[in-house]
Amino acid sequence: MELLLASALGLLTTAGLYLILRKRTFPVIVGLTLISYAVNVFIFISGRLVSGLPPIYNPAAAGYADPLPQALVLTAIVISFGMTAVIVMMALGAFIESGDDKVDMNDKDEAGTTK
Amino acid sequence: MMSHWIIAPVILPAVMGALLVLLMRGDLLLQRIFSTAATVGLLGIAIALVWGATQTPAEVYFLGNWPAPFGIVLVLDRLSALMVLLTALLAIAVQLYAIGSNWDARGRHFHALFQFQLMGICGAFLTGDAFNLFVFFEVLLIASYGLMIHGGGKDRLRAGVQYVAYNLIGSTLFLFALATIYGITGTLNIADLAVKVQTLPEGEMALFRVAAVMLILVFAVKGALVPLQFWLPGTYANAPGPVAALFAVMTKIGAYAVIRFGALVLPPETAATGTLIADLLMPAAIVTLLVGAVGVLGASTFGRLAAFAAIASMGTAFIAIAAFTPQATAAALYYIIHSTLAGAALFLIADLVASRRAHDRLTEALPPIAGTGLIAGLFMATGIAVAGMPPLSGFIGKLLVMEALRDQAALIWSVILGASLLIILGFARAGSTLFWKAHASGSREPATHRPEGLAFVATFGLLAGLVVLTVFSGPVMTWLEEAARLAHDGADYIAANRLPEGN
Repeated sequence: MELLLASALGLLTTAGLYLILRKRTFPVIVGLTLISYAVNVFIFISGRLVSGLPPIYNPAAAGYADPLPQALVLTAIVISFGMTAVIVMMALGAFIESGDDKVDMNDKDEAGTTK
Repeated sequence: MMSHWIIAPVILPAVMGALLVLLMRGDLLLQRIFSTAATVGLLGIAIALVWGATQTPAEVYFLGNWPAPFGIVLVLDRLSALMVLLTALLAIAVQLYAIGSNWDARGRHFHALFQFQLMGICGAFLTGDAFNLFVFFEVLLIASYGLMIHGGGKDRLRAGVQYVAYNLIGSTLFLFALATIYGITGTLNIADLAVKVQTLPEGEMALFRVAAVMLILVFAVKGALVPLQFWLPGTYANAPGPVAALFAVMTKIGAYAVIRFGALVLPPETAATGTLIADLLMPAAIVTLLVGAVGVLGASTFGRLAAFAAIASMGTAFIAIAAFTPQATAAALYYIIHSTLAGAALFLIADLVASRRAHDRLTEALPPIAGTGLIAGLFMATGIAVAGMPPLSGFIGKLLVMEALRDQAALIWSVILGASLLIILGFARAGSTLFWKAHASGSREPATHRPEGLAFVATFGLLAGLVVLTVFSGPVMTWLEEAARLAHDGADYIAANRLPEGN
């Protein structure tokens, strides 16, 4: 199970990083989502991988699964979900206003016409 | 007796932000009154907290009365109280400016987002739990996303997307670091971490070093340390003026977190990390200062000039922080107070200028702007403060930093002094294009602009803060030295958490 999870984490992060480095907004957002999936699984296994154990201490059981990472990962999922929604909305707004979805600022923008 | 006031800087803006959205969404006047009242209330609470922190070394608020390290704690000591007070002071000036310049009317929910932003910033300064720190980072970031694109526009939205993407990557890195630390030590309470890291088994040390560096990387993203500063110029230059001024305290959160973790959890005596953090931070801070100074000299717009000045100030602050001695930390804190006020004033002046000119490019002179004499005077005073020339507090701050790093004088003094020279040149170039050459070019008829009394009051208020900081630098430094000593000693901070024995 360790090998499976570790390789899945590695794959997700690699794919996410590759996509983040792309030039258009959509792949960047997909890449961010992949990396946030990877980190969620990573938080989950930071309490060590155990199977078939209760999350709350029980004298009858052989041990217990650490409940704290499960609480942490819920927080992390909610936050990354919300943040993804925000960046999708902002990317959509930027696409509608400027007509393309390039991530970088072009020279005209850099010259500064802000008011 | 546990003081419930410690959580007030989080609760008050949270409740007010919600009320502003729910009950006053259509009425800008009501929003302005109640939001300003809440910020003034926050200032009152912050002053009371600073007073309280002066009396006791450290006080802990157990949320839900759960004992540490199982529950989340808020910790009030001199360092966190000082940062909350700085936030409240800045917030009042920024809010008055936003009302005076009508920025809050250019989009919806400015005041609600503003309150949520204050909630996140105050929470990040007060929390004594590493995962809770992440949550408050996200609270302040999500509010800052809304504020950053306030008023809309193509460039602003585009810069906003970059800003969000950069911070999402930072947040993910933060989670990786926290999960690794939790996997190794089994705790996320900062005081508990400080205890457990000292007795880390040899086999875990390498992994802990990785986690510690990832954590510092996250704070470096927030603090705009080279090579992670790329998000800052575009974001700050494109954000609305008052929002950029409020963001001046956001970079300081990175600095605060490095001081907190560096002094308490990862001091140079720690066997697991040793001087690794300082060895990484010092060169990065030096390069940050130089990049900021060169950026000021070469900035194409006034907004970018202010943004690069913010990067340079973070460089100076991080040079002092990276020494990890109480004396240097006290100097860093003084410089942080100064650079927050001065940097914010510079962004407000940039906005005053930009709203009166056709564009804010520094490459060509335009006819004189309305109120050019007054604004030029403000620019001059703020330029003196930012560049660190006497008589304002920037000079004292840089002097303190250089004094604290006397043993590395050859490198650090020459970098700080050289960067100051570049910044002075940059400001002279910008000032002469904006104010002097304006008289030589174009029409003589005076330009007119809507009167913005409150906006000028806010900008003068920030400068008055700098003057107060200069005049009372003696007592302020005595207080800060005690704050830095307590932060580095850490015994009171850890004792206040009342951790169980040998958990």
